[in-house]
Amino acid sequence: MIAVQAALEPLTILIAEDSAADRLLLSSIVRRQGHQVLTAANGAEAVEAFRQERPQLVLMDAMMPVMDGFEAARQIKALAGETLVPIIFLTSLSESEALARCLEVGGDDFLAKPYNQVILAAKIKAMDRLRRLQETVLQQRDQIARHHDYLLNEQRVAKAVFDKVAHSGCLNAPNIRYLQSPYALFNGDLLLAAFTPAGDMHVLLGDFTGHGLPAAVGAMPLAEVFYGMTAKGYGLAETLREMNAKLKRILPVDMFCCATLLSLSFQRQSVEVWNGGMPDGYLHSIASGERTPLKARHLPLGVLTPQTFDDRTEVFPMALGDRVFLLSDGVIDTCDVNDQLFGVERLQQVFAANRQPDALFEDIEQALRDFRGEARDDVSMVEISLLDPNLLSPPAPIYSDSGQSCPLDWSVSFEFRAATLKRFNPLPYLLQLLLEVHGLRTQSGALYSVLAELYSNALEHGVLGLNSSLKRDVAGFARYYQQRNARLEALEDGYVRVHLQVTPEGEGGCLVIRVEDSGKGFDVERVMARPVDPVRLSGRGVSLIRQLGRNAHWTDDGRSARVEFFWEALA
Amino acid sequence: MADIHLDPDVLSALRDVMEDEFSTLIDTFLADSEQRLRQLTVAGDATQLLEAAHSFKGSSSNMGAIRLAALCHDLEQRSKERNLSGIELLIADITREFALIRPLYEDERTRAGSAIATVRPY
Repeated sequence: MIAVQAALEPLTILIAEDSAADRLLLSSIVRRQGHQVLTAANGAEAVEAFRQERPQLVLMDAMMPVMDGFEAARQIKALAGETLVPIIFLTSLSESEALARCLEVGGDDFLAKPYNQVILAAKIKAMDRLRRLQETVLQQRDQIARHHDYLLNEQRVAKAVFDKVAHSGCLNAPNIRYLQSPYALFNGDLLLAAFTPAGDMHVLLGDFTGHGLPAAVGAMPLAEVFYGMTAKGYGLAETLREMNAKLKRILPVDMFCCATLLSLSFQRQSVEVWNGGMPDGYLHSIASGERTPLKARHLPLGVLTPQTFDDRTEVFPMALGDRVFLLSDGVIDTCDVNDQLFGVERLQQVFAANRQPDALFEDIEQALRDFRGEARDDVSMVEISLLDPNLLSPPAPIYSDSGQSCPLDWSVSFEFRAATLKRFNPLPYLLQLLLEVHGLRTQSGALYSVLAELYSNALEHGVLGLNSSLKRDVAGFARYYQQRNARLEALEDGYVRVHLQVTPEGEGGCLVIRVEDSGKGFDVERVMARPVDPVRLSGRGVSLIRQLGRNAHWTDDGRSARVEFFWEALA
Repeated sequence: MADIHLDPDVLSALRDVMEDEFSTLIDTFLADSEQRLRQLTVAGDATQLLEAAHSFKGSSSNMGAIRLAALCHDLEQRSKERNLSGIELLIADITREFALIRPLYEDERTRAGSAIATVRPY
C-alpha cells in the first residue's frame, strides 16, 4: 500500500492564459506555493507544452485565441490517457451553462477571477490528492494483472503435468467408459485406471476437498502411489494403506480425498470394492437388471492415522457384461433454481427409466440438464464392464535395465508364519525378484497369476480352511470374505512356504515354484477329475495353474503344489 | 456602481505575491490594457466586443480595478444581448476610467521601487 504523503510535493503546473498580466500574476502565485511553472498563451501552445513536458496539473483559461480552453482540455485529456491530469478552468464566466461546459470537456474544477490564493492552493492540493489516488489505482491494477497472468500460467503448467500423470493409466481400455467434465479436474476429481501384472484392473475415482490448484496438487502423489503399486502387483488393501498414509502425512489437516477403489478380476469374475466417503456406486447385473449399491463404509483417505485405518474391502461376483458405475457428488449435488438437490431418488429414477445400458451417461446428463436448466461443468462418471479377458490387451511393462547381467542359477525359500500372513502380502516382492530374470519378463502376467493363485489357495483353503463352494452366489460371496477376514484376524498358528528355483537350461532356463501350507489338504484326485471349466475359473484355481504353468502337480495330500516355467534364449 | 477605483487590499496582496516582480506586473497590465482599449474601439461586431470586454474584465478584477471591471462586465452583457445602441458611450466610460486609474498604478509602481519597464515576452 502506498501511503499518501501529508505534505504537498512540488508539482509541475501548466498555466494557459492569454492575458499577459494574469499569466504573470498566476505564475507568481503558483511558484510561491512551491511548484514549477510552465506557461502558454493560447490553447495550441498549451497542448504542445503538455505533449512535451507532461505537467501534472493544468490551470486553463476558458477563452483564448487560436484554440480555446475547452478544445485544449479535450486534447490534453486524450493525450493523458489513463493517467489523471487534473484541469482547473480559470474563468470569470458566471453562467452555469458555461461552468457546466468546463466539466463536460473533462475539466475537474474551476477557479473564478479575481484569483484567490488560498482557494487556489486548496484546489491544487485536492486535485493532487485525486491524481495520486488514480496513480495508485493504476499501479495496483497493473500489479494485479501481472499476478493474475502469473497464476494462470502456473495453473496451465500444473494442469499439463497433471494430465500426463492422470492419463498414464489405461482409461482408454475397451471396457471403460468415462465422462469427466472440463472443470472436474480442477474441482479435485481424479479418475485413474491401471492393469495389474496378473491382468486385473484397478480403478480409482476420487474427489479431493477444495478446488483448483490445492486440490489438484494432492492428486499427484496419490496417482504415483496408485500406478506404482498396481504395476507391482499389490492388492487393494496395501495400496489403500499406502495412499491413506501418504495423504495423511502430506495434506493439511482439513484436506482429504473421498475415493472409491475397485479391483476387477476378469479371471475370477469378481470385483473388490472400497468406498471412503464417495456417493454410492452401483453394480449392475445385466441378467437380473438389479443394481446393487456399493456404499461408503469408510472415511475418506487422509483422515485416519495408519494405525486406525480400515482397509477391509467387499467382494461381489460379476458375470460377463455386468457393469460397475461410479459417480462423483457433482451429480447428486446439482441444484435447481429453488436450491433443491437432484438427489439419489432422481438418480434411481433415471436408472429405472434407462432402456439401453450404453446410453446411461446420456440419460443422466439429460436428466441433470432438465433439472438444473443448464449443463453442469464438474461431473465425473465412470462405467467399467466385465469383458472377456481375451478382448483386453494390457500393455507390456517397460523395464529400465539393459539385460546384460541377470541371475540365472539360484534358489530361495521363504516361510511366512501367522503374524506375517495377517498383514503382509509377499507377492509383489516375489514377483520383483523373479523379474530380475530377463527371460521370465514376457511371462510376467502368467507368473503373477499363478503365484497369486498358489498363495491364495495355500492361505485361504489351506491355512484358513475356507470352503470355496461358498462362493456360488452373492450372499455366499459376502459370507466367504467375511469368514476370511475373521479367521485371518484370529489366526495364531500356521505357515505358507514358498520355494523358488532358477536354473539354466540350454540357451534359456527353468523356474520351479513350490508352495506348501500347514492346512488339512484336499482330495487331489477328485479335483483333477473335474472337467476343465473354460468359463469359470474358481475353486482351487487348479485349472488356472495347469493352464498357465507347466507340469503342475500336487503332493502331500494337496498341501504342496509345484509348477514349472520355461523360457528360451532371448532374441 | 462601485466607487472604488483601485482596491488597496488587492494591491497590497499583489505586492506581497509578486515581490520583486511587482513593477513588471504593473507594466504588463498597463501595456495589455492599452491593447484591449484599442481592440474595443476598433471592434467590428458584437462577438469581438464580447471577447475583448470579457478579457479586460478578467485582468482588471485581478489587478483590483473594481470600477473598471464592473464597466467591462456591463459591456460584456450588452454585447451578449446585442444591445449595441449607444455602445460608444460605454466604451468612452471605460477609456476614461482607465485614464483615471493609470497614474494611480504608476504611483504604486514608483513606490515599490525603481525597476526598468520592460515587458518580458513569454
